[in-house]
Amino acid sequence: MSDNRGRGTGDNSGSAPYDFGGAWQPSEIEVARRIARKKRNRKNALIAALSSLLVLGTLLVVLVTSPGWITLRDTFFKWAYGFEVLPKIILGFGTNATLTLIAGTSVALLGLLIALIRTSRSPALTPFRFLATIYVDVFRGIPMLLVILLVGFGIPALQLKGVTNNVLILGTIAVIITYSAYVAEVIRSGILTVHPSQRAAARSLGLSHIQTLRHVVLPQALKRVTPPLLNDLVALIKDTGLISILGVTDAIRAAQIQTAKSFNYTPYVMAALVFLAVTIPLTRMTDRMLRNSLERQNAQGQA
Amino acid sequence: MNGPSMNGSGMSTPVLRVEKLRKSFGDEIVLQDITFSVPEHTATVFIGASGSGKSTLLRCINLLEQVDDGTIKLDGEDISAADVNPDEVRKKLGMVFQAFNLFPHMTVLENIILAPTRVQGIREEEAIAEAFKLLERFGLRDKADQYPDRLSGGQQQRVAIIRSLARNPRLLLLDEITSALDPVLVNEVLSTVRDLKGEGMTMVLATHEMGFAKQVANEVCFLHQGKILEWGPPEVILENPKLSETREFIKRVHDAGRL
Ligand SMILES: Nc1ncnc2c1ncn2[C@@H]1O[C@H](COP(=O)(O)OP(=O)(O)OP(=O)(O)O)[C@@H](O)[C@H]1O
Ligand SMILES: [Mg+2]
Repeated sequence: MSDNRGRGTGDNSGSAPYDFGGAWQPSEIEVARRIARKKRNRKNALIAALSSLLVLGTLLVVLVTSPGWITLRDTFFKWAYGFEVLPKIILGFGTNATLTLIAGTSVALLGLLIALIRTSRSPALTPFRFLATIYVDVFRGIPMLLVILLVGFGIPALQLKGVTNNVLILGTIAVIITYSAYVAEVIRSGILTVHPSQRAAARSLGLSHIQTLRHVVLPQALKRVTPPLLNDLVALIKDTGLISILGVTDAIRAAQIQTAKSFNYTPYVMAALVFLAVTIPLTRMTDRMLRNSLERQNAQGQA
Repeated sequence: MNGPSMNGSGMSTPVLRVEKLRKSFGDEIVLQDITFSVPEHTATVFIGASGSGKSTLLRCINLLEQVDDGTIKLDGEDISAADVNPDEVRKKLGMVFQAFNLFPHMTVLENIILAPTRVQGIREEEAIAEAFKLLERFGLRDKADQYPDRLSGGQQQRVAIIRSLARNPRLLLLDEITSALDPVLVNEVLSTVRDLKGEGMTMVLATHEMGFAKQVANEVCFLHQGKILEWGPPEVILENPKLSETREFIKRVHDAGRL
């Protein structure tokens, strides 16, 4: 088949310097260019390696030769002890993970609902629109720790019948309340960036308001806000640790208990590593998605 | 005053009848005293300077804008009445926009079958078969699974036309469908519209393409500052208009090389 393609169009085959048959050889200029490029790349790699070695090496030497190094190591990086308590911390992290899952799902649904209410124009929803605005303003403006304390300690203090006193549940509710306000705003901004002409096109096709939202506006809006929402997910994973203040045994609380026993801070470092093991891959993924979606947008801009 | 297209053809009910339509945005009166009819199987073309109100008129017919006064009748039924459900009306209308407005997150095929499956309740297999028939006819079959941003402007606009046709509309509204296109791509879109006209589709168009207007129009209306200033068969309006405003406009378009 390659000889077929190589034949060209006949008329101008004599003058065409191109041979698409596959027998292409880089010209001398291109060969020289490639060698020069390879040389430059090698030089750059060498510079990068040397400078890294120099900077990191210096830091390490300064660290281990400093007078407090031994104490520092024994207080924060006692690895043998660290691995001893690791199972307890991972068990505690199970609470953080479960909480992230439950709160994450609830936040997604509640945030979406609030965003839809705030962007709707239906007159019947006017009071809800008003309430949703207040809700978002209030809970975006209060430190989450305060909400956790208010809900986690305040509600049991009311001694209401039929209302749970389980701090784990109350803490989760506090997290959901706060995060829904953030996520609602992210989703709302996504909805607002979908161009009005998209709605006009959908409506002129006979789609109802709801159908337009469901098939045209929301898919585009959610795709656009996925990277910021993933950022919020990372923040949520970390912030689930805040409910340890209510006495829930999560990763942080588990580490705290160990530290209180041994007066050694390695458990805290282990807890930090456990969080990092989950959050770093997520952050990398978010970065990649953001880059991809930016590239797609740029490609569209050129078309 | 009975307006364009009332000459003799007043026997049967026209597909579209607009009477004394008025529309303003705030203090700016964009359309006034607009009266015309579009009989079945004919095309009415609106020409006029930028800002003369062509898009607004089409959007009013499609109920995307609320009129200030006057009536719009589709097959004799008043669609400007207060108790009309716009969604029901729009099922009978097809609209194609200047900027295509395809849905970027859907493939060509998904764009086309969205309304038939969701609005008309046609079974998906049936809608897909119908869509492929249309794609085949307009030479776009191999693009069915592409996303719109991978198509040329002309292909996108033809997909938009197919999308509006997939619901068998009574009336097609085409708003300057070629003005966002490179000159070389204009022809493929225009020939598509000519084909539709040949098949008897009733339509209302706004365009800056005078040559095309001459080929496809049964009647040309010259819109000037929100009023239909002059109307008649394309040969008359485009080549031998009575009013100086019309002559002025035609001359300007001519000088811009669009005739
Ligand atoms: N939503 C709106 N709000 C306020 N003014 C508007 C709105 N839409 C259109 N107008 C005004 O109405 C007038 C007519 O606009 P329209 O888009 O109908 O013109 P057009 O004839 O389609 O022009 P073009 O050839 O440039 O597309 C313009 O002066 C425009 O500024
Ligand atoms: Mg316009």
